[in-house]
Amino acid sequence: MNVMQAGIRKSLVIAAALVAVGAVTGCHKKASGIDPNALGPAPAAPAAAPTATITADPLAIDLGQSVILNWRTQNATTVTIDGIGDVSINGTQTVSPANSTNFHLTAKGDGGTTEANVRVTVRVPVAPTAPADADMGSEAAFHQNVQDVFFDYDSYDLRPDATASVSKAAAYLTAHPAIRVVIGGYCDDRGSAEYNLALGENRANAARTALIAAGIPASRLRVISYGKEKQFCTEENESCWQQNRRGQFSLDK
Amino acid sequence: MHRPKRTPASRPVLLYSFVALLFFLAGNVVSHAQEGFKTETSSGVSNIRIAVADFKPTSDDPQTSGFKHTFDATLFADLANAGIFDIVSKSLLPQSTPGAPAEIKLQQWADAPASAAMVAFGSFGVQGSRITCNGFLFDAKNLQYPQVLAKQYSEEATDDSARQIAHRFADEIIFRLSGGSQGIAESKIFYVKLSGGEKEIWQMDYDGANQHAITHLGTVSLSPRISPDNSRLAFSSLGREGFQIRMFSLVLNRMVNFSETGGTNLSPAWSPNGKDIAYSSSRTGDPEIWISDSNGGSTRRITSFRGPDVSPVFNPRTGSQIAWISGRTNLPQLYVMDIDGANVQRMTDGGYATSPSWSPNGQFLTFAWDRKYGPGAPGGQDIYVMEIATKRWIQLTHDGGRCDFPSWSPDGRHIVYANSPDGKATHMKIMTMLADGTQKRELTGAGADMPNWSWK
Repeated sequence: MNVMQAGIRKSLVIAAALVAVGAVTGCHKKASGIDPNALGPAPAAPAAAPTATITADPLAIDLGQSVILNWRTQNATTVTIDGIGDVSINGTQTVSPANSTNFHLTAKGDGGTTEANVRVTVRVPVAPTAPADADMGSEAAFHQNVQDVFFDYDSYDLRPDATASVSKAAAYLTAHPAIRVVIGGYCDDRGSAEYNLALGENRANAARTALIAAGIPASRLRVISYGKEKQFCTEENESCWQQNRRGQFSLDK
Repeated sequence: MHRPKRTPASRPVLLYSFVALLFFLAGNVVSHAQEGFKTETSSGVSNIRIAVADFKPTSDDPQTSGFKHTFDATLFADLANAGIFDIVSKSLLPQSTPGAPAEIKLQQWADAPASAAMVAFGSFGVQGSRITCNGFLFDAKNLQYPQVLAKQYSEEATDDSARQIAHRFADEIIFRLSGGSQGIAESKIFYVKLSGGEKEIWQMDYDGANQHAITHLGTVSLSPRISPDNSRLAFSSLGREGFQIRMFSLVLNRMVNFSETGGTNLSPAWSPNGKDIAYSSSRTGDPEIWISDSNGGSTRRITSFRGPDVSPVFNPRTGSQIAWISGRTNLPQLYVMDIDGANVQRMTDGGYATSPSWSPNGQFLTFAWDRKYGPGAPGGQDIYVMEIATKRWIQLTHDGGRCDFPSWSPDGRHIVYANSPDGKATHMKIMTMLADGTQKRELTGAGADMPNWSWK
């Protein structure tokens, strides 16, 4: 039964192919030939438009080296190159540009105007860039403008005073886009070491989130929690504990 | 904690547990009554009166006396520390020093003033470079067939060997007389040793002997956790990118790989099958509990709630639950959940709770808790034990300064913890106690923190 079905299907395919071939042949015959009505009287021949090419060899030089310009035009009466002036209609010239230049050739003739361009790249030795410090501002300026934020005990929410200093920090960081920052999360030495490391992470992240909200790209900010493993102050009183509950900003060098 | 009346130890433990449970149910109608449940130290088995004789020296080797002194002291201390014996004071013992079954006059030991129910004795000598030790345990109440245990040891002649032989013999005695629970004299404690601003991972025997460094990383390493088979040590270490989970192989004696990731990664905990590690990771910006395999792969996140989540610990009995600390409601509280993050249950009703450790039988959590936390509040951070099923708790330390990082012994009868009498972090030292809060003693001097007791 399968064999029989396959046989029927094959004969159908062959029939369809034959019909298709016949149709294509028919169309071809109809489309051939030129309609005589489409041919009108030929217009008067215009003056030939000018053509122009310009090349430079080599296309890229170091500062002080020279380059040969070579141009060819046809049907042109005047040829000018910007920066050089009128030149002959075909020619070569050696030039030594001080910086990368577009040589713009204009060819005018009876048939109109044509332009051609070539760009010569001049490699100017790059002066060593100023050290990154200049971009990043001084350490002192950083700490004056990007001040550490302090937290209430067992809290990682930014207080109003912290929000203000984060705004100031964000402005400074926006003005100095080269600066990258490490935000350290710190806790006072009460409580448990493991929990304080997690809390320090939340504190540093609160400062990071506020800076990102103020438009500082996340890629410039790095967070490390130190929990209570690194202390700023080791006395057992509230002013000391407050010193230790902080998000510390430092330059990520 | 009140104790039931003393009864002979040979009766089934199960019966006493059941009786204790009945007492417990009957005695705690008010849900806030916190006294009355039984930890394993007080589960109904009474203390057996045991006499530990100094062993008889059997050789003239000059080293014998020193090693034998170590052995005698260690064996006596192991049995005293076990928490299931009433040890006969050495001043009450008979004058004789029996070295073999033929040499002991058992009646002398059974009579007052020793009144021993059990006698441990034997011989100890050094021949050439070997220690040869024969240990016996006799039942002083059974004069006809007194022998309970006879063991022979032959080890290299070192002070450490003498101590290890004593530990092994003590564990045999404890195993026989404790109703079948394994002794802990061969177990180890891993901890953090402070030196200046650096913290390295150290190891010691369960009794504080043999303290030595494991890591030499020159940074701050915290939270050592030994794998159930004692082969690997997971911990957290401060690097340039913050804290990362690190892994040390005690078999290879070097660091092995554990995949690093972003954020702060803390407080690893082994699953009881040794295949998984739960830890706190802030790779998403908020510290959450994650589980990885023991190489740091196949990582999945378990919790998802703003605020610190840290210090996970598996239920060592089932491996299917995790207890951990969460600051989702501000101050850190103790929680329990399934290992897929379902069935979150809060265990503590307030205060500042940290550092859970799950008892080997799965029934209890021990943790550090400051119940009235805050500036100027009374009380301090102490060690508590909570029965998970009922959330009833008992307080194990009182007015001894700041306590933290309790960790159960493998037999569930002891808890090791860190204590600082004046609260200063640099004055932390490691202590042990029975799980009912009795028999507290120091294992280290100041400058040791975060103890973790091995699983066996």
